[in-house]
Parts: sequence; C-alpha cells; structure tokens
Amino acid sequence: MRYFAFLVSFLALLISQTLPAATLRMAFDSEPISLDPQEQLSESTLQFSHMVFDPLVRWTQDGKIEPRLATSWKQISPSTTRIYLRKNVHFHNGNLFSAKDVVYTIDRLKRSPDFRALFTSINSVTKVNEYTVDIHCNHPTPLLLNILTYVFPMDKKFYEGRDQIVKFGRTFASQHTSGTGPFIIKERDPGVRMVLVRNKDYWDTKSKGNVDKLILTPIRNDSTRLAALLSGDVDFIFPVSPVDIARAKEADNIQVITLPTSRLLLLQLNQKRRKEFRDIRVREAINLAINQPLIVKKILRGYARPAGQLSARSLLGYVDTIKPEYNLKKALQLMKEAGYPHGFRVSMMAPNNRYMDDEKVAQAVAAMLGRLHITVDLKTLPKAQYFQQYDARAADIMMLGWQSDTMDSDNLFEFLTACPDAKSGLGAYNASEYCVPGINSEITQANREMNLKKRTKILQNIETKVADSAAVVPLYWQDLTWAAKDNVGIKSIVNEQNYPHLGDLVITPLKSN
Amino acid sequence: MLTFLFRRLIQAFFVMITISVISFAIQGKLGDPVQQMVGTTVSPAERAHLRQELGLNESFTVQYWHFLKNAAHGNFGISYYYKKPVLDLIFERMPATLELAFCAIILVALFATPFGIYAAIRPRSILSRLIMAFSTLGLSVPIFIVAIFLVYVFSIQLHIAPSFGRGHTIDVFGIWKSGLFTKSGLHHLMLPSITLAFALMPIFIRLIRSEMMEVLHSEYIRFAWSKGLSTNRIYFVHALKNTMLPVITIGGIQAGTLIAYTILTETIFQWPGMGFLFIDAVSRVDTPLISAYLMVVGGIFVTTNTVVDLIYGLVNPTVKLENHGL
Repeated sequence: MRYFAFLVSFLALLISQTLPAATLRMAFDSEPISLDPQEQLSESTLQFSHMVFDPLVRWTQDGKIEPRLATSWKQISPSTTRIYLRKNVHFHNGNLFSAKDVVYTIDRLKRSPDFRALFTSINSVTKVNEYTVDIHCNHPTPLLLNILTYVFPMDKKFYEGRDQIVKFGRTFASQHTSGTGPFIIKERDPGVRMVLVRNKDYWDTKSKGNVDKLILTPIRNDSTRLAALLSGDVDFIFPVSPVDIARAKEADNIQVITLPTSRLLLLQLNQKRRKEFRDIRVREAINLAINQPLIVKKILRGYARPAGQLSARSLLGYVDTIKPEYNLKKALQLMKEAGYPHGFRVSMMAPNNRYMDDEKVAQAVAAMLGRLHITVDLKTLPKAQYFQQYDARAADIMMLGWQSDTMDSDNLFEFLTACPDAKSGLGAYNASEYCVPGINSEITQANREMNLKKRTKILQNIETKVADSAAVVPLYWQDLTWAAKDNVGIKSIVNEQNYPHLGDLVITPLKSN
Repeated sequence: MLTFLFRRLIQAFFVMITISVISFAIQGKLGDPVQQMVGTTVSPAERAHLRQELGLNESFTVQYWHFLKNAAHGNFGISYYYKKPVLDLIFERMPATLELAFCAIILVALFATPFGIYAAIRPRSILSRLIMAFSTLGLSVPIFIVAIFLVYVFSIQLHIAPSFGRGHTIDVFGIWKSGLFTKSGLHHLMLPSITLAFALMPIFIRLIRSEMMEVLHSEYIRFAWSKGLSTNRIYFVHALKNTMLPVITIGGIQAGTLIAYTILTETIFQWPGMGFLFIDAVSRVDTPLISAYLMVVGGIFVTTNTVVDLIYGLVNPTVKLENHGL
C-alpha cells in the first residue's frame, strides 16, 4: 500500500512537470517596422523573425550554430553546400514547408535592399529534391552557415506574386505573414502592442517552452520600462540601463541577466580632415591617453569589457596580447616628439541616444584628451541627425558602434578599417579615411579561406596590423542586460545577438501564498 | 459675430500657412528619413536611390508645393514608419489624448476652484497657507519628477495603479476608442491624469484666488454685504461669476500648455496618444507625420482661442467681439 501511495505521488509529480501554459508580457525598446522579415535588417526585425518564422540554423547562447529548419549540411564541392531540410513542417496557413520555399526565400533575400549585401557570396540555390537544396557560392565561403542564420523560409505559395519589398509603403508582406515559427500574430497596433499566440502545430515538440500568449509592448523610455517591470505590469524587459541595474537587482522577485558581447564602440580619427592624425605618434598618444577601464568602470558601471582591438574574445581575430593601454606620461612624450607639445583643437561628434551612455562616454573622452592639451569641441546629436553627419564625415573625431552581422572579425574589418571602395562596398564606415596598405586583399582572402587555422591567422594578422598602426581608438565591448520576473526562465534563452528564443521559454507558476 | 468669425477664419488660414512653412523648413534639420528606414550595411548608392524615389532630392520649393497641393485635397502624406495616411493615424490617437486632457481638466476644475475660493475667502487660515504652499511646489517641480514619484509610490510600492499604457478600450460609435467605460481603462487613466492635473492646477488655484480676492474688495460686493444678502449668495453667485471671466481667458491660453504637457505625460506613461506619436515621429524623422501633427495642433489652438473668445462674449456682454481679438 505504501508503495502504491508512493507510486501515485510519483505519477502526480510527473504530471505536474508539464507546466501550465503561460502568458508573457514583454517590453523591449523597439518594435519591428514591418511584418516582412526581409524589409529591414534590424535587431527588432530579427527578433520578430525568430517568433513568427524559423531560421535554417540559429546561434546558441554559447556561440555555436544549431540546426532548425535545416537538419544537416555538407560541403559537396569547394563552393557548393548541400542542405537537408526538416520534414513535416507546416506554415501557419497549412502549406507544407519544402525545398521550393528555401529557394524562393533566398532569391527574395537577394532582391532585398537591406539583406542582399549579406548574400552577395551566394550565387544561386537549386532544389535537389523535396527536402534538399544546394547552395552555390561564387567562391569558397567559410561563413556560409553564419549567413544562413538570416534565412527565415517564407511560404512561397502564400507570398508569391504579391511579395514586392517597398521601404516606405504598405505591401502585402508587410501586413500578412505565413511562417513556420512558434508564434502566430493575432493582433497588431504599431507603437502600442502586438499580441501573438502559440502555434499549436509547431514542429519542435521537444521544446519545453510553455508560453502560449505573447504580448509585446515597445517602451522607449528606460525608466518607464523598468517601472513597468517593477510594478508587475510586464514580465520581461530589454534593455536595462547600467545606472538602473543595481536597483533592478535589489528588487524582490526580479532577476537581471547580463551577457558579454562583441558589440564594439570605437572612435575614428579622420586623417583626411586633420593632418595631425596622419602622424602615427599622435594616434598612439590618443590611444594611450584614453583610459578604457576607467570609462567602463565609472560610466558603464562595469557592464562592458575595455577594448584594445576590434575583435572581442569570442571572435576569431582576437589577439590575446593586444590590451588597452593607458599611459599618460608616454602619451605626452609622443605628442612632444610629434611636435604638438601644446596640443591642438579638434571637433568631435557623438550620438546621444544610440548607444548605452554614448553622450557621457564622449564627454569622458573629451576630458581625457584634454590632458594631452587637445581641446575637443564636442557636439552630441540624436541618432537621426548624427548619422547624417557621420556620413558627411562632419567632424574630426566620430563615435561609432558596431556589431558584426556574421559574428566574425572580418565583418568589422570590412566596414570599419578597409580602404573605402565604392564598387565593392568595403570601408563604408571607415571615417578614419585611412587604411593599412594591402588590407583589402587580406580581408577578401579571409572571406574565402576554408581552413580554420589559416583563416584565424589571417584575421589575427589584420587585427595586429590595425592595432600597430593605431588606426582607430577601440573603447569597449558592451554587455547586454535583460531583466525579468524570477519565474520567467530567460537565462537560457537570451543570447548575444539579442534574439531571445521565446519559443523555448519556460515560465514556472508562481507559488501561491 | 459673423464678421468676427470671418476674420478669425482668415487669421486661421494665415496661421496654418505659417505653421506649414515652418514645419516644412525644419524637416531638413531633423535628419535623414532614409537612414531610419534601412539597416546599417545598406550601401550609399542604395540610399541615394531611395531618397530619389521619395522625392527628397527635389528643391525645397518643389517639395513644399507638392505638399500644399496634396494638403489642399486633405492628403498630408503617408507616414514612413506606420505606412498609413498620417491624418488617419493622428485621428486614431486623438481620443487617447483628449480623454487624458478631459480627465485632467475635470480634476483641475474639481480641486482648483474650491481651493482657490477657499484661499481667497480665508486667506489667513492654515489650510489656505497649505494650499498656497502646495501650489508653489506644483509650479516649481518639473512634471516628470511628479510622474516618477507617482509611479514609484502607486505602481512600484503599492501596486495599486498600472505604470504605463491605456488598458482595455472599447469602441464607442465605432470610431472612438474609449478607455472611460472600462475598469482597466479608468485604472490606467489615474496616474497620467493626476500628473497632468498637477501641472496645471497651481496656476489655476493662484489665479482664482487672486481674482476672487480682488472681486471681494469691489464696491458691489460691499454693497451686497450691507444689503444683507446671504454669505453663500455673495460668494458663489455674485463674486464667483466675475472671478471666472479672466479664468476662462487664461484657460484658453493654457490649452497650449495642456498640449505641451500631454506630450510629456504621454511619453512618460507610454500613453498611446497624439503627443507620444509626435515624439516618436521626431526621433524617427517621420516627416509627413511631424508636419501633419503640427498642422493639427495649430488647428486646435486656433479653434480653442476662437471658442474662448465667443464664450467670453457670452459671459460678459460688455465685450464687443468686433473690437476684440484681431
């Protein structure tokens, strides 16, 4: 009898393991501009794509790539990769997912103004059979899988014929969806809220996720967002501003999760505008005079990693020996040698609402340069105006943040330090107007090298050259911070890319008192 | 009366033209709308192409002419962000703002009038001093501090009021989304309307008090006392009526302040009204929406001032409308 009772309680325990469905109210700082996953390449579009669509492959929290709609892949020739697709997956409107949808989706991506730059290395996609496609690249492509994280198969039958991409108008695809993802849109009031419900036929039956209703509210104001969490009006927020983290941590039943990222903040010294910056001693002096650890500690309250190079530790190009160095004495000596013992006057611009504490960091930098007797005329602008100025290279020193789309060093080099070249698009964000000679060919080479060891070496070599020539001033890699109620299991579903895997989110019921 | 309205109409026309020129002229300074629409890795050539398609490369006068032509047909353009006609968007959000303003005005009327009257009748009492101290405080504390304080106390600590949003709304007559008829809607109105009322109340308390005190010293009130009229009749019929005259004028002017404060209040409480829409539009360089909002608000200003002038005439028949205003 006792055994029987034990058995019963054991069974009861087993049953209670399947958690009841729960509602998640989430407040992020932005929302997708369109329901078309290929209209704008932005963090909020990708977050949305991960809810309503599924990628072929996706990043895990520890930086690995895991299969989703693609189950496996193999390279069948130097520039062709065969992708095997998941079977028995249905789109939200009932259509069966198969190879044709993948071919269609990648063809459409190659037409999208925002996405096509990522897909230039892919030449074409061909269907082999219902569940197999071949991806033909223009050259061996080591980052093919990284690129495939951006492929969210769209329902060909549903979209075809009415799938134009217009950036400033209403299109069919910007208002209607048919994806394979864990959630289906139920209601949308842009700027106010979006309600999604769980896809009952979701293919990933192994997922423990128990969120059956998602209510997304964009809250732009940092303190309103935090107040909404603390008052219990929402369950999950992003981001939490560094000054508020301590307060959020102290609150009862609130957890704060922080992840280091490879999101870089840097300064670019324009050599076309200023002859002083053409002297490597001046650039070195500036690098030495800026105290990255102090900025991180005082302004970002420790929620960033001081950077001495472009690639964060998680990227291949990271060189262990390059560290941010602070040495004012040496810096002053270098300025003297360069012939500027009394410094000079420069202009600097920075955004004031784009990056975490961007304005304060810019002010700190200006003060630190002041100790080299460099007078900085700092102007900070809202991001809408700032990037117009940035494109016009309107100041001697510009601030920029960058995250590699491919989670690879080469993307940083391509955009930030390559010699500007309108034809290939390299160096589009090189506001230093300077590049290490021969760097472009090395960057291109790194994009084709399939051998991991050789590739790492090339990237580290570029990193070292950039650091040796003090071409830019790296500041730090910013952390990402989320906060949620204790019973919302966000810890395992957030990631550096900031596309929380909400389909896998587990909410445990609150203990009733 | 008709001449007055006619003059006002002409005046309104010029005001609107001026607003449209100004709102159009600042557009170039706000930033690049294309920048807001595309991802960072989109090439400059691609952006130039988009700019061309949007007609942003045309000269100022050509763009302005297009705008005027369309505006004459009631078409103020399509919002870049919401992809909807801007006027539709503004009118969709207007009920939220109007309901918020309405509740705040009710609160102001309910509290400022008795407080102001009391402070005038019993200027030396402790309560009057408290009221005056409160009004000084209200004038000097910025509205967002009030809002943060209210949220901290009532939402975070006491959990009795929601911290953001509008709650459940229901359709009234199919066009007006109202939060006034649901429990959650009223609940959500609490903190924002108190905040807004807090910003407006002090000036009304002070105004009513000083006007009332002045009226109480006038000849006809003294005469009323000597005639032996009842206290209530003197205070609330004879004195109050004359007190309200300047209060109405100031109230009309304050409509502008009210709109300015709704922008702030809506931003803090994520209130889905016109002001919040506007602030978002500014940060996204959604220029058609910005222009349309400024035009609509300009229209509201002109209308309220006209209505106030008309009421003024009704309350005080000695005011001749023809000689007033223009």
